[in-house]
Amino acid sequence: MRWHANGVVGAALVGMVLGVALVALWWTPYDPLALNLRAKLQAPSVAHWLGTDEFGRDVASRLMAGASSSAIVAVATVALATALGVVVGVLSGFLRGWTDRVLMALNDTLLAFPGILLALALMVIVGANRWGIVLALGLAYAPSMARVVRGVVLSLRETEYVEASRMIGNSATVTMLRHVLPNCVAPVAVLATSMFGWVLLSESALSFLGLGIPPPAPTWGNMLAGSRPHMQTAVWLGLAPGLCIALTLLGINLLGDALRDRLDPRMERT
Amino acid sequence: MLGYILRRLLLTLPTLLLVAVAVFVLMRLIPGDPVQLMLGDMADAAQVADQRARMGLDAPLPVQFGHWVHALTQGDFGRSISDQQPVLPLILERFSVSAIIVLVAVALAVALAVPAGLMAAWQQNRPADLLIVLGATLLLSVPSFWLGLLLLLFFGMHLGWFPVIGYVPLSQDLIGGAWYLVLPVITLVMIETGVLTRMARASAIEVQRLEYVTHARAKGVPDWQIVARHVLPNAFAPTLTLIGLVLGNLLGGIAVLETVFTLPGLGRLLVDAIFARDYPVVQGVLLFTALIYVLVNLVVDLLYPLFDPRVRAP
Repeated sequence: MRWHANGVVGAALVGMVLGVALVALWWTPYDPLALNLRAKLQAPSVAHWLGTDEFGRDVASRLMAGASSSAIVAVATVALATALGVVVGVLSGFLRGWTDRVLMALNDTLLAFPGILLALALMVIVGANRWGIVLALGLAYAPSMARVVRGVVLSLRETEYVEASRMIGNSATVTMLRHVLPNCVAPVAVLATSMFGWVLLSESALSFLGLGIPPPAPTWGNMLAGSRPHMQTAVWLGLAPGLCIALTLLGINLLGDALRDRLDPRMERT
Repeated sequence: MLGYILRRLLLTLPTLLLVAVAVFVLMRLIPGDPVQLMLGDMADAAQVADQRARMGLDAPLPVQFGHWVHALTQGDFGRSISDQQPVLPLILERFSVSAIIVLVAVALAVALAVPAGLMAAWQQNRPADLLIVLGATLLLSVPSFWLGLLLLLFFGMHLGWFPVIGYVPLSQDLIGGAWYLVLPVITLVMIETGVLTRMARASAIEVQRLEYVTHARAKGVPDWQIVARHVLPNAFAPTLTLIGLVLGNLLGGIAVLETVFTLPGLGRLLVDAIFARDYPVVQGVLLFTALIYVLVNLVVDLLYPLFDPRVRAP
């Protein structure tokens, strides 16, 4: 029953962040970009729940806006990495032969770079903006997805129903789409869930380094970076965004564990 | 055994070549002309063409690649655009800073995580296990740069125990220099302990289900002996692979931590070079880090048969 509690807490945390992100698309208490130099570096109060930053911008509003930009980047990145990884993995594992050799050689080359490093290098090429991050992180994380999917497909192609599909004269495309692809969903879902965590972490790290979504647009990472000069006098500036990242990651990790425990019964009580 | 080592060494060569190709291609994909960047906006077309020829950039791409790889094998990683210094010594100097932090932190993390993981697995689904898993998951969820900032805020600024900014090389002042590295190391240890504990626990659980463990239990072997003799050696191999990945990832990825603690490490060098558009340095760091990553994984693979003799079989 442990996965149950994990799953509920994880889903609640992730759901909360997504809810806030969704609301922030239409409404935030203040304009997250509005400067108010008379109200700068104010401690949390009734008017500003989480205080204001060095330009007098409302921290709570900026966190909300940051949630939506992080959520958009994360969803788009995981979608891109998953799509690329699944296509490469299925083609490679199902067709074997030269397709497999060439695709996997390329794949393993990309895997020879630590993910964040590859993303940094790609950011230089595509430029520091929202879609640049999606492209860079998507390409950086796709190879691990491709590896996992290929492994699953290799075992699937030996199963009887795939054999049967071939015997009745289905083309390779039909067999892949109808019989191989649907059976990859479970492992892909597990990996994609943890990938959300990696992407959120990498995206906030890139923003923290100043290579992510450029200011003044708020992200949790660049808010954290911006808080550094005021760390001693305005502790709330550094606490709030970090806590947001940590709680979201915790939610994603718990959800990922629950999903894996469910799909891999060996981890449950014996 | 010798065959395994040779096979593994030979497999590294194509990987290294592909890594070199990837870095070369990445650098050529960067928008803008490196020569124009080097000479500045004031240079006229003739100067640019002249410099281009001198740098061999007018040759066909495969020839350029050949020259570049040849230079690399001589230890020539090019020169930095900003100060004309050779890139390799710069990288090695910065690498020594990152490597000390990462090696010490990972060693400490392994020393904490492996016993914790084994203990959690042995107590699977009992309170001790739930506590360890919860702790590890919490650690896993904290961004390193935030944890670093919090530690800096509390132990550096509030309590004043550790320096908040700056760095002194260990070669200059061993004790004083080490003082600057305590907080970064603690941060990394905490983060990596989370990842490694979960891995150690998961592989120990796999091993515990095997018949020889049940057999040992049936014989009445004490718990600690079963864990030490049967579970640990067999569960350690997957953890070792993860240690390799963690080491490699950290060497490239501690740029954020080096930013928090203002340490002149390899990651910081890369980020600064990206901002300065100093592409020879970017290229050098990318290549160097990928090489280290490949080498670390090679060492891990070579150590693997020590823990899992089945791998040796052809």
